[in-house]
Amino acid sequence: MREIGLEHLDDIARGAAILGTGGGGDPHIGKLLAQSALREHGPVRTCTLDELPADATVLPVAMMGAPTVMVEKLPSIEQVSIAAEALAGYLGRELTHIACAEAGGVNSLIPVVAAAQLGLPLVDADGMGRAFPEIQMVLPTLYGVRATPMSVADEKGNRVILDTVDNHWAERLARSATIDMGCSAMISSYAMTGAQASASLVPGTISLCAELGALVRQAREEHTDPVDAVVARLGGRRLFTGKVVDVERRTVTGFARGTARLSGLDGDTGELVLRFQNEHLVAEHDGEVRAVVPDLICTLDRETGEAVTTESLRFGQRVSVISAPCDPRWHTPEGLELAGPRYFGYDLEPQVGAAR
Amino acid sequence: MRIGIDVGGTNTDAVLLDGRQVLAAVKTSTTADVTSGIVAAFAGLQAQRAFDPADVRAVMIGTTHFINALVEARRLAPTAALRLSLPAGASLPPMVDWPQRLVDAVSGSSHLVHGGHEFDGRHIAELDEAEVRRAAQSMGEAGVRSVAISSVFSPVNAEFEARAAEIIAAELPGVAISLSHEIGRIGLLERENATIINAALRELAAHIVDGLASAVTGAGITAPLYLSQNDGTLMDVDFARRYPVATFASGPTNSMRGAAVLSGLDTCAVVDVGGTTSDVGVLRHGFPREATTDVTVAGIRTNFRMPDVLSIGIGGGSRVRGEAGAVTVGPDSVGYELTSKALVFGGDTLTATDIAVAAGRAEIGDPSLVAHLDKDLVAAALRRIATDVADAVERMRTSAEPLPVVAVGGGSVLLPDEMAGAGTVHRPDHYAVANAIGAAIAQIGGEVDRVYAVEPGRRDAVVDEAKQEAVDRAVAAGASPSTVQIVDFDEVPIPYLPGNATRIRAKAVGELQLTDTKGR
Repeated sequence: MREIGLEHLDDIARGAAILGTGGGGDPHIGKLLAQSALREHGPVRTCTLDELPADATVLPVAMMGAPTVMVEKLPSIEQVSIAAEALAGYLGRELTHIACAEAGGVNSLIPVVAAAQLGLPLVDADGMGRAFPEIQMVLPTLYGVRATPMSVADEKGNRVILDTVDNHWAERLARSATIDMGCSAMISSYAMTGAQASASLVPGTISLCAELGALVRQAREEHTDPVDAVVARLGGRRLFTGKVVDVERRTVTGFARGTARLSGLDGDTGELVLRFQNEHLVAEHDGEVRAVVPDLICTLDRETGEAVTTESLRFGQRVSVISAPCDPRWHTPEGLELAGPRYFGYDLEPQVGAAR
Repeated sequence: MRIGIDVGGTNTDAVLLDGRQVLAAVKTSTTADVTSGIVAAFAGLQAQRAFDPADVRAVMIGTTHFINALVEARRLAPTAALRLSLPAGASLPPMVDWPQRLVDAVSGSSHLVHGGHEFDGRHIAELDEAEVRRAAQSMGEAGVRSVAISSVFSPVNAEFEARAAEIIAAELPGVAISLSHEIGRIGLLERENATIINAALRELAAHIVDGLASAVTGAGITAPLYLSQNDGTLMDVDFARRYPVATFASGPTNSMRGAAVLSGLDTCAVVDVGGTTSDVGVLRHGFPREATTDVTVAGIRTNFRMPDVLSIGIGGGSRVRGEAGAVTVGPDSVGYELTSKALVFGGDTLTATDIAVAAGRAEIGDPSLVAHLDKDLVAAALRRIATDVADAVERMRTSAEPLPVVAVGGGSVLLPDEMAGAGTVHRPDHYAVANAIGAAIAQIGGEVDRVYAVEPGRRDAVVDEAKQEAVDRAVAAGASPSTVQIVDFDEVPIPYLPGNATRIRAKAVGELQLTDTKGR
């Protein structure tokens, strides 16, 4: 896609919720903010990684905090651009492009808000190709791009610049600042050159969101199966279709961890267990691991194809669980160290190629 | 004895119940003023089974009047939304996601002022009372008659909403005020939307409730009057005046609960076959299973508790096409034109009603007009209906056990006697007035939905506290304390928040406490 207009936002939000793999936050608020920004400033131009000048100054922007807080304390449009401008100011560089850190969930649309507000092109790419819970879990980390200097901005006008020794410290200090700011803040992080962005980001993921959203919408209009359409586009597999029979949640070190148990439907038998920490991490069918992070595990409403977040999983829902391959760089030893099953506390082998 | 009334768009149904036994049941036409239709329904009950009005211990009414007013965008009061959130929230002001038609219909104006809470109870900003007064003045100048007040995290701390309400009430005496923490749960925009809708319906609610009350007293009944809510519980008339939005989905809820009582089943699928659609819902322990996704009403996103209902396009008016080998039923319907378009009424359109008459399942219109229909076509159409409805029931089923099916509504003659996966289809007596019966047997409920900080080792205490508050709320609303029980409980940890912040929802319900000492 060459530009993002109001007519694209519903599809992007729908597709981003799918890439959210159960987490990432409901994109609804992001969509409303983007609508408001586009109404005021017009469509946002996009730019592919191939087109990105090597010397461009690219700033990813994102929302940090609890999606459950963001639906109460609504972020403002200005807050997003303040985060980007504060960081550009600290770097002493002129900002040329906005990028997306996380294509899954609400953070797919926050960069659209910033790009519209600042009148800058948006890079059609993201740092994960999905959603992950922590700042350092982006592919640029593997390329030596540092999370800091980074900025954190709240709705009151406070802005914090962090310059840390490594990306884990960035996560830790930014998390503290975010909590003090009321658990909902805008950040700009991983400032990079065009060359670094081209090398490290996952290409075409904003377009992918729009495409997934459109596929689901069209499948519904044509009375074909939206889940099949998503599976085909992502090159994934339908693991299981079932009814949610139990959801157990607990808070561990600030994250919503839990398991959901599904009982088979539509010819699927037995039980599928989903283990999640904000995002889905492991899918086991009758005790056998069928998919595991960093590959994508998504829960979609069986009828409508809409993504179902881990927070909204409830007894009685009828969902299809699909898996899809992540960006192959997540399967390198460094990628797995950052966001593989062991990082999340599961002593499992990542299933390279299993989702393909 | 108690009386249940369902005021629908077309029909007003009424039943007289003794315990759970139906003594009389009538169907009358809904009138424009609502009241005279109810008066006629009372007269119909008296004609069928004479009763002493003093023996009636409660009157319960379910109505679609308020949701219809919103859908049709009429009789809505000039309404203002006041949100306490600045410096947050300015980019998405109240009604930002509303259809313009409805913003216009409520003459909606938005006022943002400082205030609101953080997730942990800190103030986003202090309440600026002068700022609230200025907003009130501007509302007064615009002729606003109803005000919706919302504040960030008011379900956790409602102090700012309460204080703003005092200021508005002092500045604009006589204006109706609706507070978001009393109406919705976490999710500011959805809660605020529901509150604004509620505010816009307040005048109509006062008018309708007065009309209902005068119809009841006019019939010589002195017993209390209740309205049924979305979740199958009751509210008293004072509550209905203040929270008309809580009646929105009472129609399907009442039909499901009525079906449960008529059939004696408290866990079942209910298929309500109307003229255009068949609505399939599931009852668990006597209460409709709720929808888990956001509910859009008239194009406005809300977070009402609504029953999870699957509608398919099969009803008495559905068009039937094709031949025995490839027959289709619906999804389009002749709707209210059934009595002129269906074959049995001399029309030229083959409908599901004609199929039912040709198959000898119903006596409607002139059966000789469908005597010529191909027997194989009739059988194939009935099989198609049975398959589609059975599939819908199967989609709604959430446990491995077979789910019994109860058929209600005028079109339920179309359903087979046996259904795959469900066994016998229950067709209770009085199936056509299941809604009114559902209204009559509704219970009283109380709910808590809030974010708690659960300190280590204190989870059980916090859970007990939440449950007790739900029970207390049910009792305060009129439930008999000995019958109150927790029917729904859900806890969701909030990611990233410290202190084990957990959102807890608890719902308690009990039988209505009937203070009259007369026997049933």
